[in-house]
Amino acid sequence: MSDYRSWGFTPPVTQRAEVPAWREAALAGPHAATGTRLAYGRGRSYGDSCLNSGGVLIDTRGLDRFIAFDRENGLLTAEPGVTLAQILSVIVPQGWFLPVSPGTSFATLGGAIANDVHGKNHHVDGTFGRFIKRFVLHRSTGEVFECTPEVHPELFAATIGGLGLTGMITEATIALLPIKGAGMDVSIETFHGLEAFSALTAKYRDTHRYTVAWLDCASGGRNFARGVYLAANHEEQGSLDVPPVKSKLTFPFALPSWTLNRHSVRAFNQVYFQRHQMLNGQIRPQHYQGFFYPLDAIDRWNRIYGSKGFHQYQFVVPPGAEAVMEAVLRRIVQSGMGSFLAVLKEFGDVPSPGLMSFPRPGLCLALDFANRGARTESLIHELDAMVMEANGAAYPAKDRLMSAAAFQQYFPALNAFSEQVDPGFASDFWRRVSE
Amino acid sequence: MSDKIEVILGATSGLAQATARELAATGATLVLVARDSVKLAQVGSDLEARGATVRAHASDLADIKGHEALMQKIGDADHWWVFYGTLPDQSACQENWAIAAEALNVNFVSAASLLTRIGNQLEAKGRGSVSVVSSVAGDRGRQSNYVYGAAKGALSLFCQGLRNRLSKANVHVMTVKPGFIDTPMTADIPKKPAVLWVPPEKVASDMVRARSKGRDVIYTPWFWRYILLIICSVPERIFKKLSL
Repeated sequence: MSDYRSWGFTPPVTQRAEVPAWREAALAGPHAATGTRLAYGRGRSYGDSCLNSGGVLIDTRGLDRFIAFDRENGLLTAEPGVTLAQILSVIVPQGWFLPVSPGTSFATLGGAIANDVHGKNHHVDGTFGRFIKRFVLHRSTGEVFECTPEVHPELFAATIGGLGLTGMITEATIALLPIKGAGMDVSIETFHGLEAFSALTAKYRDTHRYTVAWLDCASGGRNFARGVYLAANHEEQGSLDVPPVKSKLTFPFALPSWTLNRHSVRAFNQVYFQRHQMLNGQIRPQHYQGFFYPLDAIDRWNRIYGSKGFHQYQFVVPPGAEAVMEAVLRRIVQSGMGSFLAVLKEFGDVPSPGLMSFPRPGLCLALDFANRGARTESLIHELDAMVMEANGAAYPAKDRLMSAAAFQQYFPALNAFSEQVDPGFASDFWRRVSE
Repeated sequence: MSDKIEVILGATSGLAQATARELAATGATLVLVARDSVKLAQVGSDLEARGATVRAHASDLADIKGHEALMQKIGDADHWWVFYGTLPDQSACQENWAIAAEALNVNFVSAASLLTRIGNQLEAKGRGSVSVVSSVAGDRGRQSNYVYGAAKGALSLFCQGLRNRLSKANVHVMTVKPGFIDTPMTADIPKKPAVLWVPPEKVASDMVRARSKGRDVIYTPWFWRYILLIICSVPERIFKKLSL
């Protein structure tokens, strides 16, 4: 199988793949000397950070074993190819949860570390990397490093959020969150405008572990910046049942690219907002699966964007730059190219151990753009310019277009990181931003 | 939940791991046997995390002289699975009899030795099952893989006879005939046509379901039954001229 893609359907690239079956031999495959390597999980990154044209991808699907599960203390050690969904199916019945959940449970443990993923609890708990106690890293020299925050600290810090460029992780230990039930208590409030969003954020910040807002990015006028605010906590007690991981719905083929357009998106947003208007002010119980991973229920949802795929753009602007967020939103609405729902979240100031970590204090927005070629690219470059000027940053896990200059500005620890990069490892993303 | 004891012979194979995970989800006790104790331990830890109780014995299943001792170590068990085997290179087998002999020994003769002992044990108990992974390759001899095919064909025939004998003792013998499975064993084979290749999880779930229904011979995925029906119906005078 050499058809390895990323989630945004970037154009297919030529790369060889290896599928090691055992973690000691992770880098011992037949292509060892023939090119740079990159570990590949489930391809849930949107851009080209998980691709290595002309090189070798090390597919981790055979490295999906659990190694140890300390049920008393909530410590789990596993191989990098285990998905977060598989982890949840094992830990939830024992009363444990992932300390940080990104938007999909189909990402792998290795991928979650490489992107230092964040979730709806960033303002309380920070990023995934904060909960990694140790990992084992194999490098192209044949050396193997067991890294913790104290042992090989530079390598530890470079690997968290390091996009797989420091070598290959073959096992990792993560500290889990204790829970008493698999359900969530979710408070819902609709709002209009970014100031209303800020007020809700202040209201729920200290009492709710998980907060996020869905934002309408297609409507202007009096519907501009309307959204649905969700604030949740794990329930005090309840059943610890895990639903089956297999999704019941699948998008069987890519939709024609005209399906998603300014009108259909607006119509969808209208329905979505009104439906939540009816729930305004309520507290609803919801299983964690629906709260954290709503899109996982639809297998291959990325096909709604058609065969040309889409661009995801996610960025953060620092505190005090709310005006920039508003300007960016107005530009997106004016372009008519934004997709259904954008996700808006306030990041907290819990620092990450990773040198190249994306989340930092401020306001973060993530949204999709259907790929309309040059028009979409120039819009994203325009938004990048606005984000750069505001001293914000964009997220490599979502990115396909970031320039080298932007990357250097967004990640001030780049030089320290570069020293830890394994010359035997590379990705299309890395080549693009380090030219 | 179950207190069944399932013996997995060849537990480090890709297909065995996928099947053992399905069985682990039911809370079974799994007895794992394979040559490499390090890999065996890794597989065992994974299955324990997934809910199984695990015992492991490192043993070379192709070594017939060690079978008596192995059976003693495993002890009493109701359900047995035979997964281990090799996929030899056909041209190497043709040029070098030692390679062919080894392939026949691993894939058939040693399995027959184990099945004899397992069959006797289960017949005496009057209950239980043994599920054996054979192959569609054993349904007809083809120039491209007839040494492997012969071993698997002999294995299928042996299981058929055993099934006939043990049905009188209420013991279930299931022959599993997979087509192409995407595992480390087939890593060097180009995956074409793609539609015929399946992940081991698919075959594993077919097998576990079939066993619970008491099926005798299953092709997995299902369409291989019909592909082989066609292949087997081609007259010999035509087939011998083909290059399949």
